[in-house]
Amino acid sequence: MDFDIPRIPLGDWIESGLDFLTTEFSGVTRAISRGTQAGINLLNDGLMWLPEWALIALVALLCWKVGGRRLAIGALLGLGLIWNLGLWDPMIQTLTLVVIATLIAIVIALPLGILAAISDRFYRVIMPILDFMQTMPAFVYLIPAIPFFGIGSVSGIFATVIFSMPPAIRFTTLGIRQVPKDLIEAADAYGSTRSQKLVKVQLPLSLPTLMGGINQTIMLALSMVVIAAMIGANGLGSEVWRAIQRLRPGEGFEAGIAVVIMAMLLDRLTQSLSGSKKMK
Amino acid sequence: MTDTQQTKIQVRNLSKVFGDDTKKALKLRDEGLNRAQILEKTGQTLGLSNINFDVQEGELLVIMGLSGSGKSTLIRCLNRLIEPTEGDIIIGGENIPQLNDKALLHCRRRHFSMVFQNFALFPHRTVQMNAEYGLEIRGIDKAERAEKAKNSLKQVGLEGWEHAYPNQLSGGMQQRVGLARALANDSSVLLMDEAFSALDPLIRRDMQQELIELQHRMKKTTIFITHDLDEALNIGDRIILLRDGEIVQIGTPEEVLTRPADDYVARFTEGVDRSRVVTARRVMRPVRATARNDDGPRTVLHKMSENALDSIYVVDRERKLLGIVEADSVNEAAKAGKDSIQELLVTDFPHVGPEEPLATLYPMFKGKSYPVAVIDDEQRLLGVVVKGAVLEQLAQTGEH
Repeated sequence: MDFDIPRIPLGDWIESGLDFLTTEFSGVTRAISRGTQAGINLLNDGLMWLPEWALIALVALLCWKVGGRRLAIGALLGLGLIWNLGLWDPMIQTLTLVVIATLIAIVIALPLGILAAISDRFYRVIMPILDFMQTMPAFVYLIPAIPFFGIGSVSGIFATVIFSMPPAIRFTTLGIRQVPKDLIEAADAYGSTRSQKLVKVQLPLSLPTLMGGINQTIMLALSMVVIAAMIGANGLGSEVWRAIQRLRPGEGFEAGIAVVIMAMLLDRLTQSLSGSKKMK
Repeated sequence: MTDTQQTKIQVRNLSKVFGDDTKKALKLRDEGLNRAQILEKTGQTLGLSNINFDVQEGELLVIMGLSGSGKSTLIRCLNRLIEPTEGDIIIGGENIPQLNDKALLHCRRRHFSMVFQNFALFPHRTVQMNAEYGLEIRGIDKAERAEKAKNSLKQVGLEGWEHAYPNQLSGGMQQRVGLARALANDSSVLLMDEAFSALDPLIRRDMQQELIELQHRMKKTTIFITHDLDEALNIGDRIILLRDGEIVQIGTPEEVLTRPADDYVARFTEGVDRSRVVTARRVMRPVRATARNDDGPRTVLHKMSENALDSIYVVDRERKLLGIVEADSVNEAAKAGKDSIQELLVTDFPHVGPEEPLATLYPMFKGKSYPVAVIDDEQRLLGVVVKGAVLEQLAQTGEH
């Protein structure tokens, strides 16, 4: 048996495709890169400009308003610990990346999610793509990010956006599709246009689900931003990365705990935000 | 229905097939196959077949049928929440199935307001904002729509609840909001899809009564779907009976009850409480004699003995009913030499309007044995109802 089935050069195809994109669209990628970098710097500088205690107080106040006293105390202790460990600046860098990546992800995900909710055809097209995006090992996104945007935070954000966007799309679609049929019927019966139906009925009613999607996106973004340290994204991830290279488990855990604290705060905050919306 | 009324909606040859090959199903229908046979042969459901009826301006038309009879499909075909397969629905010179998307939108806004079985209120909007919805999407300015919504909420008795959210209200109140939302829109036809079916029986009765009053007040053309014959008979000016997607009978409640089109309808009406349907007008007898208020006691006595009456109604020059006098008291007045019966008048005699159902008449016969006077809006005496006539009607239950 010596059928010689040639190996399908799948990898080569992908590479030449990516090469094509990098060379042909270098103008675009460079512009995106500059814009994103400017955004990162602005937010970063803004957050750094505030004294540590002031930011901690602000966050605690916000937590107290939307989540209650326990969350506020948790924020106070957690952020205080991060400050104390000398991880304040990396934490701010990570927060910046998470915020920007999440914003970009939401801006892209909302219209796609709405489209998938309205059009069955688009739904059938995008769902396998989302499966692909979510199950592809996250590290793989880091590789094409470098030729596109070079080493650094922008590449980190690119990979993070791709990795964290799917739940936002899915939850938007789910939320809209879950709106009870009789309410859609009522909206139709009174002569609503498609966009009136969307803005006045479907979106407001899918808000709790949508917030759940955003919460997921933030969590995924946080985990990816840490991994993106491998391609030079600054922040807590690079602290962990350095600890690995120097075999310093203590420092690695310190940075890791800082990530956990951030994750818990962001999660509880967004959850209570969506919860308070639902109450009305 | 009298022919002075204008036709609001004409429905002609309306059919609806649920399935992909609607033509084949309709062809089989034309060949005489019934719903079940078509389903077996083609896998398609004949939801509605060859529906023809008119809706008159200002009437309350009830479409009644059991579940699966096609009544929900029918009402949704009217505003095309469900696309009809064939047929015409003509309102205001437009044929609804032919309208393009934009014209349909316009038609829905202008002509149809809908009230739903499970209320279908927007949970994220206040009562006021729910009532405003139809006006809001039409781009009516804020002040005007707030005003109209407020008015319609007042109509349904929800003043003061404007800022509540639907989930803070009871079922009955929620459906009032649904009704207010429909009324605020000021469309020409009100579609009510099992609007009261989700309410408990007592509240349901109240709502029916209120709807009747509202409808009399506003003369709004209303199409009301129900599976409950009692409800249909209670509120409907006319009733359309639907079975297996076809019309079995169209008629007034009394016609349906007294002359059922076939066994199906007859079986339906067997269990009906006739006392709620048969009206005073139907059982009243003409009054043999009345006295005038300027008659003297002796004249009145004479009239009474001529007609063998113990008591006699007294009317004025315009035949307005003033009261009743009894033979004994007139006799005494005559002996005392009085020349007027004015102070003998008994004014708290039982009386009803001609459309009052027997159920309300029956209790009036307890105690005093006056007959019940039937009077019109101008207080004129139309006839009397005696106890025997009521009992006779009630005894006919289950006659078919």
